[in-house]
This record gives sequence, structure tokens and C-alpha cells, in this order.
Amino acid sequence: MSNLTKSFNVKPRDFVGAGEASIKVQEVLKAVGFEEDLIRRTSVCAYEAEMNIVMYGGDGNISLNIDPEKITLNITDDGPGIENIEMSLVEGYTTSSAKYQEMGFGAGMGLPNIKNNSDSLEINSQKDKGTHLKIRFKVKG
Amino acid sequence: MNNIMNNNKIPTLKLADVKEALRAEILVGNDKLDISVTNGASSDLMSDLLTGPTDGAVLLTGLNNIQVIRTSVIAGVAAVVFVRGKQPNTEMINHAKEHGLPLLSTKFTMFSSCGRLFAKGLRGVEKRK
Repeated sequence: MSNLTKSFNVKPRDFVGAGEASIKVQEVLKAVGFEEDLIRRTSVCAYEAEMNIVMYGGDGNISLNIDPEKITLNITDDGPGIENIEMSLVEGYTTSSAKYQEMGFGAGMGLPNIKNNSDSLEINSQKDKGTHLKIRFKVKG
Repeated sequence: MNNIMNNNKIPTLKLADVKEALRAEILVGNDKLDISVTNGASSDLMSDLLTGPTDGAVLLTGLNNIQVIRTSVIAGVAAVVFVRGKQPNTEMINHAKEHGLPLLSTKFTMFSSCGRLFAKGLRGVEKRK
């Protein structure tokens, strides 16, 4: 298998469509035939990042790249950026509103879940300049 | 009862056993009563669901929105049971059908539902790390 790249857009504050991009990521991974645990970890990361864009970000995009050695998610948005990256990685730390918590989100587990489920995570974000997550997963065998 | 005890391992429940224990109504997935359910998870917080290996688990929840369906599909949940008599709307039901995700509804509370399934031998999903 050589390279495969798929791209999916994410609209901010679109709670009806939120999660659809990640489900499409999951469907691509299933079609390629990766093992279930790798599919789950990648999909969870895509979903957590997608929900962060919907809740806090601007217009966003999830780019999925697959090569023989790794899967890479490049997730970007042009929103307000992450004010405190270090704190955002602490489990339970959240800037969410009561409205998001009533929907079942805003538990402060998004970026920690991404970090725990991936093999590497790079976060680039500046105030008012958007956010770019680069998330990698090793493909075994 | 279709419990299977296998050399001191935790018994595996079928979805039909879950339905019976919770006196639940099947809203989606009448053709999936024979699937196995490996663990239980109960939460109204979607990110909590994503912290552990939930593939094959039955999710008990009082949260009643489309994100429950999407989170469950992402997490590989085997079936979703809405507690306290909550009923998903048409959009949620169609979405669940599209992804082959069984949906049930029980009148029992979250606490009682968890207890009933625990009493049948179902155990929780432990955190991944």
C-alpha cells in the first residue's frame, strides 16, 4: 500500500453534524483493514479533536494520511487558538460552558485522550492564529 | 438465560440477556439480540466514554442526543441503553440503524440498571492506562 490522503471539513458550532468527519475517518481505516485497536485509537483522536473544533474553534479540517509505516492526522482550524497548552493537557481542566456540559462534553478530557491514544502529538497554537494538531500512529507489521 | 461460564472467566452476556435484565424495549437492533456484550459502561459524559477500551461494551446513559450515537460508533460500543425511560428521536434512531448500533430503553434508573447488569456478571471498562 502506498500513500493515501483524505480530507474532511469541520464547521464550528455545528452540533448536528459534529462527529461525522471522524466517522468517515473510521470508515476509511476499516476499508483499509487496519486492526481494531488502531482504528479505535485513531478514531477517538479524530473525534476529540473534531469536537474541540466544533466547541471552541473556527473553520477546521481533518486531514488523514496513511503510509506503510504510520497514520497521520493533521487537524487544523482558524479559531482563537489554545490559551494555555500545558493546562489543556491536564485531565479535567476545561474552559467549557454549562451548555456544553449539558450536551455531555466539556469534561476536560479531549487533549488528554488524544495524547493517551496516540504515539505522538504535536500541538501548535497561538492566540487568534488558530491551532494545528499533528497526531501520529505507528502501523505495526 | 444465556450466561456462559468458562473456566473462571467473567460470564459473557448476550444482548438478549441485557434486554431481559433491564426489562428494556428494543428500538433498533431486533436482529442483534444474539450479539455478545463484553463489558458495561455508564456515563453521561462522552469524553469519559472515550478514555477506555469500550469496544463490545453496553453503554448505559441518560444523555439523549445525536452525539451519543456518534460517540458510541467511534468508541465501538456494542449497544446503547437509555435509562429512566428516555427515548431517542427519529434522527438518532436512523443514525443508529445506518451504523448497525442497537438502541434500547429501560425504565430503570442508572443506578438500578448498573446493579442489575453487575448482578448478571457484567463488569466495567477499566481505563486504558
